[in-house]
This record gives sequence, C-alpha cells and structure tokens, in this order.
Amino acid sequence: MARTPRERSLRGRVAVIGIGETDYYRHGASPDPEFKLALKAILAACADAGIDPRDIEGFASYSDDRSEASRLAAALGIHRLRSATMQWGGGGGGCCAAVANAAASIVAGLSDCVVVFRSLAQGQYGRFGQATGIDTISGEKAYLMPYGVLAPPQRFAMRVQRYMHEHGVRQEALRAIALASYHHAQSNPRAVMHGKPLDASKYDASRWIVEPFHLYDCCMENDGAAALLLVSEERAKEYRQKPVYVLGAAVGSGYRAGAIPHNSPLYASANFDTVAPDLYRMARLGPSDVGVVQAYENFTGGVAMALAEHGFFKPEEANEFLTFENLIAPSGRLPLNTSGGNLAECYMYGFELVLEAVRQVRGTSTSQAKRNDVAMVIGGPMVTPVSNLLVGSEATL
Amino acid sequence: MSSESGSTYLPQGLPIPVAEPDGLSAPYWAGLRQNRLLVQRCRNCRIWQFGPEWLCHRCHAFDLAWTEVEPRGHIYGWERVWHPSHPALRERGPYLAVLVELPHAGRVRMVGNLLGDPMQTVAIGTAVIGVFEHHPQANPPFSLLQWRLTNQV
Repeated sequence: MARTPRERSLRGRVAVIGIGETDYYRHGASPDPEFKLALKAILAACADAGIDPRDIEGFASYSDDRSEASRLAAALGIHRLRSATMQWGGGGGGCCAAVANAAASIVAGLSDCVVVFRSLAQGQYGRFGQATGIDTISGEKAYLMPYGVLAPPQRFAMRVQRYMHEHGVRQEALRAIALASYHHAQSNPRAVMHGKPLDASKYDASRWIVEPFHLYDCCMENDGAAALLLVSEERAKEYRQKPVYVLGAAVGSGYRAGAIPHNSPLYASANFDTVAPDLYRMARLGPSDVGVVQAYENFTGGVAMALAEHGFFKPEEANEFLTFENLIAPSGRLPLNTSGGNLAECYMYGFELVLEAVRQVRGTSTSQAKRNDVAMVIGGPMVTPVSNLLVGSEATL
Repeated sequence: MSSESGSTYLPQGLPIPVAEPDGLSAPYWAGLRQNRLLVQRCRNCRIWQFGPEWLCHRCHAFDLAWTEVEPRGHIYGWERVWHPSHPALRERGPYLAVLVELPHAGRVRMVGNLLGDPMQTVAIGTAVIGVFEHHPQANPPFSLLQWRLTNQV
C-alpha cells in the first residue's frame, strides 16, 4: 500500500482538556503523602474535564517522579494501561518533555487519553537544597561536592556569572524577574507567597545564597502535585472546558551540553540553542507571535538566558528588556510567570507553569495577559535535556 | 605546588570523591594524590577530554591516554557561596569556588576553590596556578586540586 508522506508534527494534533492541582504547601507542610497528592491532582484534572478517571490510558512524568504509573493505574482502577513514559534528566528540564511524550503517544496511536503530572513532597523525601548523609561520591558530583559546590544554586551560579560577564547583564535584570513572579503571586490565591509581596529594596537587602543569587533569585521548595489531561484533537471538544491545543514542543540540548564537569562547549547557555528553533519550526511561529511566557525559574539568571535563547531579545539587550514593567500582565511587552511560578506560586518542578499556560489560553488566569492566544512554557534552563512547549487556542490552528 | 599538611580550604566532612565502580576516573584521583594532574588525551586524534569518558568524543577511539598537564590556567567563572548546604559548612562563612580553564590542555575546565581571602575581588580571565590539597586522614584518603592567583604565589 502506498503511503502518503505526512509532516511529522504535534501541531494541533492533541489538546489539553483538563487541569488540576492540590493545595500547594511549604516544604514539609503537606498533610498528605506524596502518592496521595498525585492521586488528588489527577482526580482534580479529571473533574475539570468532566471525564471518568477510569478512562485514563496512560501516564507521563519526569525527573524520576516516585508516583509510578502502574501503581497509579491500579489505585485508580483504570480499565487498561497503554502508555507509561518517564523523561530522562533532572530538574524541570522534563516539564514540557513529559507533555511532548504524552502527545506523541496519542498521535502515534498508542494511547487515547494520557495524564501528565508531577508530585513532590520534599518534607517526606528530603530537600534539594541540602546535601546530607553522603560519605563518598563519584561521577560528576565528585568534581564539585568536595569543593562545596553541593546544591543546585551552587551548581548554576558560575554559569550565570559567566553569562553576565559575557553580555554585561546587571543584577537589576535578575531582580525584575523575581519582582514579576512575586507581583503575579499576589493575585493568585493558590500561591504559597500570596500575601507576601516583594519590592526592590527587600530584594536588594535579602541575603546572598551564592553570588550572583540573592534569596529571591532562587526557587522555593514545596509539597504538592499538578496534573493535566491530553486527548487527540478529534475528541477535544467532547469535554467540559475549552480545549487548549499543543502547537509545538521540543526536547534536548546542543552539542556535548552534557560534558561534565562544567565542560559543555557552550557553557554560558540555558541549553536551548537547538531546542528553541525546533519548537518554533514545529509550531510555525516566531517569538513575536507569543503573548505570554511561563519560564522555569530554578534561578532568575536561567530565565534571562532562556528568554534570550528563545529570541525575545538579544543577550546584550537583557538590561533594557528585563524590567518589571515589561514582564507583568496584562500589558507588559512579555508577561512572565503570571501565576507566580517556581519563585512565588509553588515549586511543582515547573508543572504549575504548564497549567498556567493552559489557563492563559482559556482566559482564566488570575493575572490574565492581553495577548493570550499563544502561550509558551520553557522548562529547565541550564540542565540537559531541557524542553519547551507552545499551546494555543483553536483560532491559532 | 602542594599545600602544607593539615591545612585545607574547607572543613572536613564534605563528601569524599572516589572513582566510579567501573574505574573510569581512578587515574585522575590517584594522580592528584601524587601531585600530578592527569587529563585524558586521545592516542589517535590527540584531542583533550575532561571529564573522562571511555570513548574519544571526536574520533571514537577507546581508552584515551591519561596525560600529565601543568596545573595552571585562568578563571572562566566563579561564585562566592554564602548559604551552607552541608552541616560541615555551617561555621565556615563565605567561600569561593572557581571554574578554571586550561588553555594548554584543549581548554578543558575544572572546578576548585580559590585560596586566600574569601572576600577578595574575583575577575574572570585572571591567571591561576594549581595547589594540591591532601586529605591523608580521611577514610578513604583523597586529594583535591585548588587554585591560587598566579601573581600571589
């Protein structure tokens, strides 16, 4: 049988039909175990869509989520399990890749309804910001930990320092990113930092974690879970909510980005040099088409690098572009992290950012951007693999 | 250059570096204990490679040669750490970590501490020279490679 050549793309082929999350807690404050948090978020996403949870057919996650697919399938009593994908790599680099993997499962006909989720209870399983109970270490960390380069802020500060040096980026640019996240969190009752505003003087007076990161340049550590449901575009309109379509996604990193320790050729980079062009190519869009961005803030410096690599400004223009006024909804040039993001809503490993992009396209954000037809998510700057995602309304198809 | 016995830049108690179970980096760590900096260099295409890997990333020859290089370079990146992320660092106060590029060894980079005043002004591009720091009392014993400004030696 002759085959018609068909463009290989996710563009418009799958839609988000439901989103859900638990309450978000400070680390260690969740009254629920981590697995129960995952179940609650998944059930909330099903309720949002108006779908029977037993009709879920697959699970996708990232960063070695402990809430394993087969246990979820048994706990929820789903009829059958048809896809179970785990994205390799740590940090938030997989928050969009998990959506891409789920979408690919659906487009390839492996599964019809896939839940993408992340669950995390740091109080129950240990924090990222403390390195304890390790006697000996080998591999990448052996070249870092004995020198006191232990936790994520210390692993990424030198890279940001190099970037600031190469492009003349000032501390005020990083500060603007933190202020925008906190500003948006004040309108978001889900946000852990709701009711705890931040201003420039409080930022400046905050302690250094590791130069060039003040306390407020670093993400929080939290407990909670978040989930979304994906189906094929053919079924997208059968559910309760306005569908939000995947316009494109991309995953990976450039040449030898994984050369340890700190030996990637393009060191002062968020690692989107190849991944950003892939995203725009699949979506058939460019930076000027994007109305609102959710960018993973492990550290503000990584956001500055990632936004530049997605073409919103040249690195040399970072100081002019990254101002508080430019980054806030509804009418800044590029409203950024409109739920409060990792800094001020919840560090749900970036998955709260994916949910917020869906809300923006639906028009239900607590800090709604004026241009909301096309929303971007950027996952995991400076790690490898990284990933990104563009979602849009039906009008963008 | 080797540090005087007993003086280490950071307190004892941080994770001790050891080679992987497959032994990939064992020559590197053994070299430091003998005041020698060893970096992989491909026997076939002569390219330098660090961190170590079993395969040359350029020509795909296996088992690169461990080659001694002079421990000197310049500061490529740096950070001053204030928040203690380990119980051993709680009383330490701020300290400096630097990323050093070695131009004479294919521009490979390595992380270490910058010895001296932790509050000193650090400038990218400044020349530094290596100092082997030995921890013979540790279990297992190990050595690190630290850095000092060249013009202060």
